[in-house]
Amino acid sequence: MRRITRIATVGVASAALALSATACGGKKSTDTGSSDSTKAGTTAAIAYDIGGRGDQSFNDAAYAGLEKAEKDLGVKGAEAEPTEGESDADKVQRLTELARKGNNPVIGVGFAYAPAIKKVAAKFPKTTFGIIDDTSVTGPNVANMVFNEEQGSYLAGVAAAKASKSGKVGFIGGVEVPLIKKFEAGYVQGVKDTNPKAEVLTQYLSQPPNFEGFAKPDLGKAAAQGQIAKGADVVYAAAGLAGSGAIEAASTSGKWAIGVDSDQYNQEGLAKFKEKILTSVTKDVSDAVYNLIKSVKDGKAQTGEIRYGLDKDGVGLADSNPEYKKMAELIAAVDKAKADIIAGKIKVKTAP
Amino acid sequence: MMKIDKDKLILGAAGPVLALVSAFLLTAVVLLATGVDPIEPIRLMIENASYEDVQVLIINQTGTYYLAALAVAIGFRMNLFNIGVDGQYRLAAMLSAVVGAAVTLPGPLHILLIVLVAMCVGAFWSGIAGILKAKRGVSEVVSTIMLNAIATALIAWLLLPKNLGVQPEGSNDLTTGDIAESGWFPAVSMGDSGEIYGFTFVAFALGILYWFILNRTRFGFDLRATGASESAAQASGVDAKKMILTSMLISGAVAGLAGMPTLLGDTHTYSLSFPVGVGFTGITIALLGRNHPVGIFFAALLISFLDKASASLDQYGYAKEIATIMKGLIVIAVVVSYELVRRYGIRRQQQKVGEELAAGGAMKTEKEVAA
Repeated sequence: MRRITRIATVGVASAALALSATACGGKKSTDTGSSDSTKAGTTAAIAYDIGGRGDQSFNDAAYAGLEKAEKDLGVKGAEAEPTEGESDADKVQRLTELARKGNNPVIGVGFAYAPAIKKVAAKFPKTTFGIIDDTSVTGPNVANMVFNEEQGSYLAGVAAAKASKSGKVGFIGGVEVPLIKKFEAGYVQGVKDTNPKAEVLTQYLSQPPNFEGFAKPDLGKAAAQGQIAKGADVVYAAAGLAGSGAIEAASTSGKWAIGVDSDQYNQEGLAKFKEKILTSVTKDVSDAVYNLIKSVKDGKAQTGEIRYGLDKDGVGLADSNPEYKKMAELIAAVDKAKADIIAGKIKVKTAP
Repeated sequence: MMKIDKDKLILGAAGPVLALVSAFLLTAVVLLATGVDPIEPIRLMIENASYEDVQVLIINQTGTYYLAALAVAIGFRMNLFNIGVDGQYRLAAMLSAVVGAAVTLPGPLHILLIVLVAMCVGAFWSGIAGILKAKRGVSEVVSTIMLNAIATALIAWLLLPKNLGVQPEGSNDLTTGDIAESGWFPAVSMGDSGEIYGFTFVAFALGILYWFILNRTRFGFDLRATGASESAAQASGVDAKKMILTSMLISGAVAGLAGMPTLLGDTHTYSLSFPVGVGFTGITIALLGRNHPVGIFFAALLISFLDKASASLDQYGYAKEIATIMKGLIVIAVVVSYELVRRYGIRRQQQKVGEELAAGGAMKTEKEVAA
């Protein structure tokens, strides 16, 4: 008797589950508000990468673009953050919800959105989808915003080699993924081309799928301290939020730090250390986001690959630090390298 | 007989209910303390969960969590803490994806091959901890945690394009290549709301199998006996060391399956963005579900609900970390409330036995008097 009841419970529970979706369903999260928001005017949405808003780096740059569009173009902005360890299905749901609510464009920040955009873009042919750092998904309504990170990093390498007195410079990568290796490749090449004898200490903070290396400043701090102890006097950290730890470590020991993505000299969170932020390799994600939103608003939606390189100032070196501006020789070398890259005289490698 | 069962049932349910109620109350307190409306986020979450597409997400997630929690529960019943479910799950998903992408077989065989590879890899990885424990007495907690870290490094290395990985043209992601369509597990389509992975049902079927093996077979008895007291089990003729290894292997094999719903039903490849942390959530769920297949099911459903229903909270101006706080509080509350209920149960039992003894004693005296 007892045995049957127990088996029955398990069975019923499993069956109930199968039915629950059909039984109490009917409406979708994406149904609500779809009509009124489209009428209200253009709304743009961005879905963030791991770390979300407040990472002082990649995601914040995307948000800056949205913010600018809100101010200048009068579009309304929507944002959505990922949950840690989520699957593609969650991303599909998030993008679908944003698209169904009438947001246009819908922008996925980061390459992880590629499989999700592939699925969702096909379902919403009238919505423009933007993806940053990926050209593997294509479609008539997909805009792929990609950057020549290696070119900006090359210039950072030139600057680092010029600024270094010890002949040792450090590179800290957040997570060992192909994207960050592009930064490393350009940087190392830039250093070696400027000073063949210079040594580059390279360290990655974590291995995928552990993305802590983009999120934990203490990891960046420890890595930078290690490199400084080994004699490095310029540290370039391409590590998202974790990079702020590296900047802190370099600054407290009186060494140069090179920031990434945004002009980190001007970031409030890093104001205490800004004197020692030599420069930052900017990656103009905010401009890319802004341009896409503007193009959609103007009725001429961007589509296909949009590449931001040195020539369009999509990547570059920031010069907000007054100390940097004083280094005439360094600036000359950087400017020359920049001109050479644009002219095609220097080819920068994308993989180390 | 029936009466004792009822007591057991009430006591069994009292733990989780007490834990949940106190966790919700504590969450409300936390929200109040931070100046956030404590009711609105929860109302929004319940509203979210009433949408069909979110329900599909919840159910699919439940399947994955269910498998991970079963893997943990098998260890728990044996008094083994398999903290390494996450590593076993990831390594198994990755290597089975590689094998799945490398071959093309007729449908069912292709799927079967992928599933078998996943089980073997998972079992192999947990087996290392099992052998260390059985032969050398190394704590499985320590070794499985270490093996998680090793799995992370190993996967990162294997996934490099020069080894087994593939970097699709124009992508910054690394994958293992796509599994041919013959290796996709049939799914239940829910129309516009997505589809329920077919493997989810396999997961629940495994729950029944788990219950049956544990409660209705000699092996299950041996396992539970060894878990309750290793020396006593050994004295009664159970080879405890063999049981340790066997249960670690089974636990790992099930952990290997945890990646299958996602792999066979959705991504069809293992990439850098394959979900992580499933194994750790599995520990929470096994604890909350008291290692019982039905309990685990509801626990998995609850955690999936918290995960998925909270996902869009930030669009309404609330931090979605509310769900994370809630999960953390549930774990603490579970541990505390189960202990409270256990103590209460023991005290109650003692009282009852005492009463019965007293009654028996009284009868005896009467008899003596009569004699």
